[in-house]
Amino acid sequence: MSTGMRSKVLTIDLSRYRYEIQDRKDLFEEWIGGVGVAVQLLKEEFGSDAANIDPLGEDNVIVFATGPFTPAYPLASKTVAFFKSPLTGNLGETHAGGRTATSIANAGYGAIVIKGVSRKPIYIVIDEDKVHFRDGRVIWGIEDSIVAGRIIAEREEGRGIRTVMRIGGGGERLVRYACVTTETYRHFGRLGLGAVFGSKKLKALVIMGRKRYTPADRKKYREVYREIFKLAVESDVMKKYHLLGTASNVLPLNELGALPTKNLTDRRFEDAEEISGEAFAEYNLGRRIACNHCPTACIHIAVLREPYEEEEYFFKTLMVSYDYELLYALGSMLGIGSRDGLLKLIHRVESYALDAISTGVCLAWATEALKRGIVTKDETIVDLEFGDVESYLKAIEFIVKQPNEFYKALARGAEEAANIYGGKEFAMCFGKNEMAGYHTGYAGYVGNLIGLRHSHLDAGGYSMDQKWKGYSPKEVVDALIKEEMWRQILSSLVVCFFARGLYTPEIVVKAFQPLGVEITEDELKKTGEKIYHEKLRLKKELGFTPESLEVPRRVFELPTPLGDLDEKYIREALDYYSEVFQRITQ
Amino acid sequence: MKRLVIKDIEKCVGCSLCMYACARKNAHKPEIGISSSGILAISLSGFERGATIIFCRACREPPCSEVCPTGAMSARKEGGVTFHEDLCIACGNCMKACTIEAIFMREDEKPAVCIHCGYCVEFCPHGVLGFEEVKA
Repeated sequence: MSTGMRSKVLTIDLSRYRYEIQDRKDLFEEWIGGVGVAVQLLKEEFGSDAANIDPLGEDNVIVFATGPFTPAYPLASKTVAFFKSPLTGNLGETHAGGRTATSIANAGYGAIVIKGVSRKPIYIVIDEDKVHFRDGRVIWGIEDSIVAGRIIAEREEGRGIRTVMRIGGGGERLVRYACVTTETYRHFGRLGLGAVFGSKKLKALVIMGRKRYTPADRKKYREVYREIFKLAVESDVMKKYHLLGTASNVLPLNELGALPTKNLTDRRFEDAEEISGEAFAEYNLGRRIACNHCPTACIHIAVLREPYEEEEYFFKTLMVSYDYELLYALGSMLGIGSRDGLLKLIHRVESYALDAISTGVCLAWATEALKRGIVTKDETIVDLEFGDVESYLKAIEFIVKQPNEFYKALARGAEEAANIYGGKEFAMCFGKNEMAGYHTGYAGYVGNLIGLRHSHLDAGGYSMDQKWKGYSPKEVVDALIKEEMWRQILSSLVVCFFARGLYTPEIVVKAFQPLGVEITEDELKKTGEKIYHEKLRLKKELGFTPESLEVPRRVFELPTPLGDLDEKYIREALDYYSEVFQRITQ
Repeated sequence: MKRLVIKDIEKCVGCSLCMYACARKNAHKPEIGISSSGILAISLSGFERGATIIFCRACREPPCSEVCPTGAMSARKEGGVTFHEDLCIACGNCMKACTIEAIFMREDEKPAVCIHCGYCVEFCPHGVLGFEEVKA
């Protein structure tokens, strides 16, 4: 098939300050783009010794990839990043919006590969066919990623058409769950891409361009574009995201008894109303903004107005982006019931550019560990206590600055810390990745275990739990894998998962046609399956085995909306998954 | 004449759909990208702090037209310019002459300028842009 899309791959070698551009039509034609292509590029770069590559060493490689719908159609606003994760030691995959995807595509690329390690701090500017290596020594050490972003934005060209991806103190100091932030509020959040940037001494990546290409069928292109646009703005498919946003999940999950609270010692939070999407919308929502080339504007920005205690009539006003996962991880999970307090924590995490979910879950584990006497105040330095905003603000700083062995361990993730200090039964990690905010039942937890990213978004198991029909372990595994296979297509296109209701197989096929690509729904699904298999094989090469998967005991100590979970059920599901894994990867 | 106007700049979410619409419509061939876009949305250090949307003001005496050495950027009676692509040598004078920098450089270095057709308004999801009769 002729994809008529961006198929160039830019490879940047930081060890030699060199770059080259290759046309990889072969990859984009076979694997669509995004995840499909990134898996192949990573495999090529890692070679046969993938399992022994140090995630923070010179041999780790970062791949950014976009797909054939960027920037052809709206809501194809995501970029996928692949790397070896310093948090899990296995495959790292994280997606972000902002202006990254369109900037990569408009600069003329389908994917960008970054390898090697710079001798001194640098940042990179990609302006179409040129790559500039900029001295980053002066801005290295600026721990606030918002400030670093502004400085670079002032120095560089491309206002309105560029992306500024950067790390903060978290990435510089190699916190294993540091993120890369783009356009201030969007993140390559999970699995520690920020630490990989930090290890390569790469402070930021700026990308811009005004390259263009034409569709194969001009008239039809305009028509299909308009159809997708209308679906996005006039139908209900995107409604949830543009009204209250994902924060609308707080109250329903709390009512269900599925809102992880105080390190999942509870499943309902007494202050859920206070930190609900409804309350934020009523009292704090200041603006909504959008990712580039998406009409939805799901990015909800709260206004935090803070007085200076020592100075009368002196205020600061911060703009803080919130989403459900942050309200859970830094809210209910830490027992934070005040919106202002919660916004302060989010802002602190944002400044240091850490993954909010991992940070919250790590702190929740530390709080319980202190409470149980597994660690003492000698380790935690501050009296961590559920609901205590000030202590958590300090603890977040300690995770970044790592003043003692305890915080050095905590900066490696909750499971790593629990391996040293104990308390693994309440370190809420799956495949070493800190859990998202869904204590919904079997499908959610099995999904966290078997998902290729150990992320709730791999297959949306939490949603299956909420439509539960007494599935068997085998049925759950099969359904999760099937959904994850389709999501490989969405993340190869690359469209936002929030638009999964819009980009149905039928629409995807239709959208391909004006671009000169004829593909059937069946072929699409088969490609999804193939990509899933390839990714699983890569995971195996990186050292993953299903037998290593464990479930923190805490999950079984607290009923879910489906009732008490039976460990045997999950064991059975994992045994069956092991068979599937063997079959696919042998 | 009808012109592209800003109805409420505070509602701009920074989605850039206007830019993509312009490139689909404004070029001889509908293009994928923003190369031929005659409109640009920029933020005040982040769209949460507000936006500026830059496009041709349809001047009665357009400086861009006055500095064009080949007559490619000809002034229209009712304000604004008509761009004659075939005459353009891509010298870039017009871009420098525009006080508000509302003429953009395409991939081929020729200018992209708003012709006030109103197509982008259909794709502005939040009513920031309007297309209205304006007294000259």
